Amino acid sequence: MLSLTMFEVAMAGILVTMLIALIAAVRGPTVFDRLLAINMFGTKTVLLIAVAGFLMGRPEWLDLALVYVLVNFIGAIAVLKFVRFGNLGNDDHEASS
Amino acid sequence: MSRTLTTAFLLFSVWLLWSGHTEPLFLAFGVVSVASVILIVRRMDRISGSERADWPRLGFFLYLPWLVWQILKSNIDVARIILSRDLPISPRLVRVTSSQKTPTGKVIHANSITLTPGTLSLDVRDGQILVHALTAESAEAVAAGEIDRRVTRIERGH
Amino acid sequence: MSVFIDILAWACLISGSVFCIIGAVGLLRMPNFWTRAHAAGMTDTMGAGLILLGLMLEAGLTLVTVKLLMVLVFLYLTGPTAGHALFRAAHAYGIPFGEVALENSNLAGRSDAAE
Repeated sequence: MLSLTMFEVAMAGILVTMLIALIAAVRGPTVFDRLLAINMFGTKTVLLIAVAGFLMGRPEWLDLALVYVLVNFIGAIAVLKFVRFGNLGNDDHEASS
Repeated sequence: MSRTLTTAFLLFSVWLLWSGHTEPLFLAFGVVSVASVILIVRRMDRISGSERADWPRLGFFLYLPWLVWQILKSNIDVARIILSRDLPISPRLVRVTSSQKTPTGKVIHANSITLTPGTLSLDVRDGQILVHALTAESAEAVAAGEIDRRVTRIERGH
Repeated sequence: MSVFIDILAWACLISGSVFCIIGAVGLLRMPNFWTRAHAAGMTDTMGAGLILLGLMLEAGLTLVTVKLLMVLVFLYLTGPTAGHALFRAAHAYGIPFGEVALENSNLAGRSDAAE
C-alpha cells in the first residue's frame, strides 16, 4: 500500500508540472519560450511514462521512456534547426551575430 | 575498421540486453539496426571529422560526484529564488575561459555549466564560453573557473 | 531494511515532484526567456534525477534499474545539449537579455554580448 501511493503522488506532481508547462507554452510570448516549455513537457513525459510503468506494475514501459528521451531530443534539435535556418537562412554562426 | 567492429559489438550487446529475445527474426532486426546506425555514424563522421574515442576516462567518473554536488547546491539556490516573494534575480553575462583542447572536453565543460541551474552556456567559441547567470553569486561562482580546471585536469590525465 | 529503502524512495519521489513543480512555477514567474530557462533547467536536473533515483531504489538491483540509469544518462546528456542549441538559436535570433551587467568586460570585447 505504501509503495502504491508514492507513485501516485509522484505522478500527480509530474502532471501538475506538465499542465503548467502547457500554460507556459500557450503564453509564449516568443517562439523560444514556447520551445523551452515544450522541451520541458517532453522530459516530464519521459518521467510520467517511467512512473506510470511502476504504478501499473509494468516496468517494461521503461523501454518506451528510453525511446521517448531520444525522440524528444531529435525532435527538439530538428525544430531548432528549422527555426534557426528558416529565419536566418545561413549556417555560419560566426556571421550571424 | 577495428573501431567499427568495437562499436558494432557494443551496440549489438546493448540491443540484446534491451530486447531479451533470441529468436532469429529479432536477431536479424538487431543486425539491421546496428548496421544502419554504423552507416549513419560513418556518414556523420565524413561531415564533421571524427575524434579519437578515448572518452570516457577514469577521471570523468571521479568528476561526476563533484558535479552532482554542484547541481544539488545550485538547485536549492534557484528553488529559493523562485519561492521568495520578491524574486531576487540579477541576471548577467559572463565570459568564461575554456582551456580544453578537445571538442569533447569543451562539450563536457559547457554541458556542466548548463546542468547547474543558475548558469546557462549560450555560445562556445574562441576558447571562451558565454554564460548567462541568474544571480551575481552564480556569476561569480562560474567566473572562478572551478569547472574549467577540473575538466581540463580530466582531459590531460589518461 | 526494505522499510528504510521505501522511506528513502518516498523522500526522493516527493522531493523530485516538489522540485518539478517549483521549476514550473518559476517558468511562470520569471520575467523573460533567459531567466525562464534557468527554472526549466531545474526541473530537468533535480526533478528528473530525484524521481528516477526514487524509482531505482524501488526497483532494486535489476535490469529495470539499469534501464532507469540509461534514461537518466540520456536525459543528462541530451538535456543540456538541446538546451544549448535552444540558447544559441535564441542568442543568434537576438532575444533581448533585458537589464544585465556584463562582467569581466576586459575579456568581452565583442558587442554581441552586450545587447
